[in-house]
Amino acid sequence: MLKVRVIPCLDVKDGRVVKGVKFVDLRDAGDPVEAAKAYDAAGADELCFLDITASVEARSTLIDVVSRTAEQCFMPLTVGGGVRTVEDIRALLNAGADKVSINTAAVNRRDFVREAAEKFGEQCIVVAIDAKKVSAEGEPDRWEIFTHGGRNRTGIDAIAYAKEVVALGAGEILLTSMDRDGTGEGFDLKLTRAISDAVKVPVIASGGVGTLDHLVDGIREGGASAVLAASIFHFGTFTIGAAKEALGAAGLPVRLHGGDIEEAGR
Amino acid sequence: MIPPAPVVLIDYGSGNLHSAGKALERAAREGGSGKSVLVTADPDVVRRADRIVLPGVGAYADCRRGLDAVPGMVEALTEAVMTRGQPFLGICVGLQLMATRGREHGDTAGLGWIEGEVVKIEPRDPTLKIPHMGWNSLDVARPHPILEGIPTGEDGLDAYFVHSYHLNAARADDVIATTSYGGTVTAMVGRDNLAGTQFHPEKSQRLGLALLANFLKWAP
Repeated sequence: MLKVRVIPCLDVKDGRVVKGVKFVDLRDAGDPVEAAKAYDAAGADELCFLDITASVEARSTLIDVVSRTAEQCFMPLTVGGGVRTVEDIRALLNAGADKVSINTAAVNRRDFVREAAEKFGEQCIVVAIDAKKVSAEGEPDRWEIFTHGGRNRTGIDAIAYAKEVVALGAGEILLTSMDRDGTGEGFDLKLTRAISDAVKVPVIASGGVGTLDHLVDGIREGGASAVLAASIFHFGTFTIGAAKEALGAAGLPVRLHGGDIEEAGR
Repeated sequence: MIPPAPVVLIDYGSGNLHSAGKALERAAREGGSGKSVLVTADPDVVRRADRIVLPGVGAYADCRRGLDAVPGMVEALTEAVMTRGQPFLGICVGLQLMATRGREHGDTAGLGWIEGEVVKIEPRDPTLKIPHMGWNSLDVARPHPILEGIPTGEDGLDAYFVHSYHLNAARADDVIATTSYGGTVTAMVGRDNLAGTQFHPEKSQRLGLALLANFLKWAP
C-alpha cells in the first residue's frame, strides 16, 4: 500500500540552514548536509531544500550542498527557490536532486512548466503554489496566488492555476497557505481539499503545522498525499517518528521502517 | 596486471547518475564486494564491464533516443548483456527499456529483452493520484538473489516509486515483484542475467542499498 509521506523542509541561505535545527548529536546545526543526514536517519520520507539566497553567485553553493547531500543520503530530495531556467533545473538534477520546485517563474511564464516537463519528465517537476484567501466573510471561498513571500497579489485564482500547471506537466503540487504559514494553527484544509480535488497529481500540504493532529487533518480532511513541515521538526517539538506514529494511529498508512534509526538503536 | 572490470553505469544523458553512482559506490563499500564503479558513455567500456546498470528518468521515447544517440551503445550493451551474459540492472525507465515497446506518447521500440509493453498505470480507484509517487511495499512473486535478506511485504521495507507507466510483462514468470496501487503494478522484472526495478533503489534508503549490494554480488 502506498504510504503517506512526511517531508521536513530546510530553508537554506548561502549554503547554511536558516532557523537553527535542534537535533541532539548534530555536529553543525547550520550545515544542511548534517541536518539532512539526521532526517535521513530518522526515517523522513523525502527531504526538501528551499533556497532563499538572494544572489545569483551563491547558486554554486546550493549545488554543492545538493551534491554533498546526495552522496550521503539515499532518499528523495526536492530542491526549490529561484529556479528560473531549464539550466537551473539541469544543474540541480545533475547534482542529485530528484525533483525541483518552481514557484515565481511559473507564475510569470506558464510555458516554463511545459518546457521543464518535456525536457526532464513530469515526475520531477513540482510547482509550488503560495495561496491566500481573498474572499470576504460570507462569500464563497476563493484563494489567489501570491508571490514574494505573500506580499504580491497576482489576481490569479489558485484552483484555476493548479489545474493549468498540471495540464502543462507539473507532476506534483506543493501547496502553501500564506494565511497559515508560521502560525501553528494547522493547514488551510478547505484550500488543500479544493486543490487536491481539482488535480490528478499528488498534493503536498504545507503551512501552519503546530500539532501532530494537524498532519492527520491535512491528509484526511485536506486530501493531501504528503505533509510538509519545518519548525515543528527543526525545533525538536516533534520527531519524524512521532509524526509517523500519530498518522499511523489515525489509521493512515505510514512507513515505519527504512531509515537508519533502528540500527542506531534510538 | 589488468585491473578488474568495473561496474558500469551508463551515461546517455538521462537519469540521476550522481545519486545512482554514489549509491552503488556505497553498496560496494559496505557490501564488501570491493568493486569499482564507473560512469561512462563509452561503448568499449560497456563491452568489457563486469556488470551494467542502466538508469533512466523522464519520458520513454526521450530515453530511447538518448540511448540511440550514443554511437555503438545499443550494440555494446546487447553484446555484453545478451551475448556475454553479464549481470544487468535497469532502473525505472532503464527497466522499461528492456520491454518490447513503450506506449508513452506514441509507440517506441524497446530493447526487446523482456516480452511486454510499457503502458500507463490505471488504478481502479479514479481518486488515486498519478504519478504513483512515494513509498510502497513489494509483493514478491518469486524469490530472487537481488532481494536476498531484504524484508518485503506489508511489514517489510518499502521502496520509493515515482512513475506513471509500468511494464506489463507478457510472461508471468518474468515478474519478480509487484506493488499494489489500485491494482497490480509491476515493481521488478528479471530473467537469467537480467533484472530491473521500477522503483529507485538509489533513493530507497536501506532497502535500496541492500538490493544494490546484492546486485554487485549476483552471479546468475
